[in-house]
Amino acid sequence: MTLVSMTVNGHAATADVEDRTLLVNYLRDELGLTGTHVGCDTSQCGACVVHVNGRAIKSCAMLAGQAEGADVLTIEGLARGDDLHIVQKAFKEHHGLQCGFCTPGMIMTAVDLIGRKPQLDEQTVRSELEGNICRCTGYHNIVKAILAASEEMR
Amino acid sequence: MYQFTLVRPKTLADAEALLAKADDPKLLAGGQTLIPTLKQRLAMPSDVIDIGGLKELAFIRVEGDAITIGAGTKHFDVANSADVQKHNPALAALAGHIGDPAVRYMGTLGGSIANNDPAADYPAACIALDAKIHTTKRLIEADEYFKGMFETALEADEIIKEVTFPHPQKAAYQKFPNPASRYAMVGVFVAKGPWGIRVAVTGAGQNGVFRVKEMEEALARNWSADAVASIKLPAKGLLSDLHGSADYRAHLITVMAKRAVAAAG
Repeated sequence: MTLVSMTVNGHAATADVEDRTLLVNYLRDELGLTGTHVGCDTSQCGACVVHVNGRAIKSCAMLAGQAEGADVLTIEGLARGDDLHIVQKAFKEHHGLQCGFCTPGMIMTAVDLIGRKPQLDEQTVRSELEGNICRCTGYHNIVKAILAASEEMR
Repeated sequence: MYQFTLVRPKTLADAEALLAKADDPKLLAGGQTLIPTLKQRLAMPSDVIDIGGLKELAFIRVEGDAITIGAGTKHFDVANSADVQKHNPALAALAGHIGDPAVRYMGTLGGSIANNDPAADYPAACIALDAKIHTTKRLIEADEYFKGMFETALEADEIIKEVTFPHPQKAAYQKFPNPASRYAMVGVFVAKGPWGIRVAVTGAGQNGVFRVKEMEEALARNWSADAVASIKLPAKGLLSDLHGSADYRAHLITVMAKRAVAAAG
């Protein structure tokens, strides 16, 4: 067991965990931040995407210990009180979700993407979402939501 | 996962020392292969030595007519490097299509070639570009480095430090990706440089990356997609799995080779 500490959504976090603990389980089980989801076990679906030191990564493919001292942002950290992040609002307005299971990962990926490429087109959004799988929507409204959000954030 | 002890050395020298004295250690770089492997209980190391954060392993340097990339450099950084895009755009493009965006933020060059997955992209680049692999112990030529499926020339206590890629005159990589994992079902890297002409194939061989001498000779006589169009590899020795038969891969090799030559210009 090792004491692993990091900053999560702006707050200091620390927990005594086994070395084999994945970051996704540290966030969900130790910190109660269950917005980050475990979808696939094969690192393909992207439901577990969070930001570590400003980069959108798959938290199921990272040990908590690798994030020691890091700055972590999860879906819970996007809204400001009752004010949703622009990307969250866009998913709401453009019906970018059905069951919602993939949605936190989609949104975290989108926030990273818009930060890197403020000027987006449909082709680019679709290829940048290759690491996020959705079983419900057929991606159409997810792409629309991301394009709308990026317009508003420009 | 089985239990293990996670150690996070602060320097490469510390990592080397830990690697030498641990019972049954595994190096962790980006973790994009090792963590899934551990999750499936396909490995049972006593110690996991995390070198993913070592700044001394993450760099991109232009040195004369070659680029040297630190083993700990992430695929994202190789893909977006102005230097790599300028001197070796085919290499930047290859890095930019490994896995998916989240994988590219974590995965490393050293991790990829130390693992030598038969469907990984970087081995094809190393072979086609006549790369030099610098470890904590020696320099290994790419041709001597890749030994077989998941097998390399690396010794148990040896760590890759950096890889040198000489600038090519013409080069391109074309991959037919698996739609879910985006691993290469077949990936062909063709390059023409001071070392000559090389055609390297990944994703298809039972022993990992291999060169196609027949295509290299045809391209030396006539650098064009037509030159390789009629060359069909036998299915023998190629991978056959749920993603595709050996015959299908043999066919894809010719198609991807044609596309790579056309893209190389």
